[in-house]
Amino acid sequence: MQPRRLTSFNFWYFVIFTVALYLPLLLLIIFSFNDAKALVFPLQGFTTRWYGEMLRTTELVGSLWNSVLLGVASSLAATILGTMAAIGVVRYKFPGRGLFVAVAAMPLVIPYVVLAVAMLLLFSQLNIPLSLWTVGLGHVIINIPLVMLIVAARLIGMDKNLEEAAMDLGATYWSTLARVTLPIAFPAMVAAFLVSFTSSFDEFALAFFLIGPDPTLPVYIYSQLRFPSRLPIIVTMASVIMVVSVLMIVFSEYVRRWGNTPAGPRSEGAQ
Amino acid sequence: MENRKRIAILMGPPALFLGFLFVLPLAIMAVYTFRAGTFGAEREVFTLANYREFLSSPSYIRLLWRSTGVAFVVSLLSVALAYPLAYFLAFRVRTRKVILLTILIVPAWTSYLLRILAWRLILGSNGVLNSILLSLGLIDEASPILLYSMTAVTITLTYVWIPFVALPIFASLERINRSVLEAAADLGCAPWQAFLRVTLPLSMPGVLAGFFFVFIPTLGEYVTPLLVGGARGIMYGNLIQDQFVRALNWPLGSIMSLAMLLVALLMMALFLRVVRVSDLVEA
Repeated sequence: MQPRRLTSFNFWYFVIFTVALYLPLLLLIIFSFNDAKALVFPLQGFTTRWYGEMLRTTELVGSLWNSVLLGVASSLAATILGTMAAIGVVRYKFPGRGLFVAVAAMPLVIPYVVLAVAMLLLFSQLNIPLSLWTVGLGHVIINIPLVMLIVAARLIGMDKNLEEAAMDLGATYWSTLARVTLPIAFPAMVAAFLVSFTSSFDEFALAFFLIGPDPTLPVYIYSQLRFPSRLPIIVTMASVIMVVSVLMIVFSEYVRRWGNTPAGPRSEGAQ
Repeated sequence: MENRKRIAILMGPPALFLGFLFVLPLAIMAVYTFRAGTFGAEREVFTLANYREFLSSPSYIRLLWRSTGVAFVVSLLSVALAYPLAYFLAFRVRTRKVILLTILIVPAWTSYLLRILAWRLILGSNGVLNSILLSLGLIDEASPILLYSMTAVTITLTYVWIPFVALPIFASLERINRSVLEAAADLGCAPWQAFLRVTLPLSMPGVLAGFFFVFIPTLGEYVTPLLVGGARGIMYGNLIQDQFVRALNWPLGSIMSLAMLLVALLMMALFLRVVRVSDLVEA
């Protein structure tokens, strides 16, 4: 047992820091209800008109829709490709395996601005016009390593005998994959999809370079930051996104835990 | 041979995808560094002039060092500030660990641009900080005290990264076998000694992972400097962005990008000498 005072120092540090982490976010929410165009104190009174105006701003709603579509499509592609790679890498040894893992993990250690301009060069070389598609391809690249990490961890933790048993009982490899491996990996795939979606939804550094005429939400927000009169609407949007993000993270945490329970003894109480 | 077919089917699509959209672009960029111009006939001429221009411009290299320095400071600050948070969660909390961890992580999952915007509202000349100082009578007129400086960039980025860093540190602290700490105490270690000589070294994989996950994106950062950095807070990423978006000197921009990639990979190589990749997977 450590002295009591250490505990309370740690406790207060945690409380104060967490509050400090939330204060800037709280600030955005407060301003979304403030009845003034300028985002300054003192506050002018309570209003919900920014929420109404937000919904009437068609470009904003359009860019939100673009981001949702982009996030779903690119995360789906990343989840499929990443899961295939994870199964191959975890279950088999083959020449080039180490190289593949090194290359697939590289987007984690490359500054996005470098990846963005490199992809920009590729698309211009091939005369591919920039659009939501080009941003989507970039997002698949950055999300594949995340998916691989999450799904591979699950596959490593899974009992390999289950697959062997299925094959001994006469299942083909592919039906074993479809009816044993994938169902067990499924919670990890859902978690990987959600992580990919949140990272794609919020991604700006790549999108800035690879976007065409249709903006994603972060690109649209960035373009509006220059106009002070637009800020209240942006801040309102921020508050809505924040609340939705909180709900999503709670949901994905729930999914992750649901995924961890049947895998084996989780060391919650035992150590 | 059956295996070979399975491997081809499983690995083929992801390998092709990465080869075409990740390796090929980097190769094209490497070729671009030798081109004499961005468009037209100049594009087909190959030269070393870009390298000469890059290497003979001290301002480019200085900015690269400066950005590396900023990335170092931000990474160190984030790790140092996040460590006690992770320590508290790992060692002091018994129930509701996951809920507290989630509370800590949530800010990291809200829009990055908007968290930066929030700091602009705090630090700006009509911002919260100024309003408070004015009403307290500490200053006479509003001025952008902190906004548009490297300090603003450092504060904002550290704020943005702390939750991310707490996560791997927490994971590595969780994995420490508690009986090792009991043994240290039984052998007469004072708590702070046990911390310095047992806990801290054992949590190093998480600390380094956290450090690295901050270092890389901060090194390439160009958005935060644009929004809160101003002219005094520009970073190397802005230089690259400028070459591609405004100056349209893609060959020079490609060299700048490769130089940054080199710094990132050198850091990674140093890092891998200290930490095993398997530690990262678990974190």
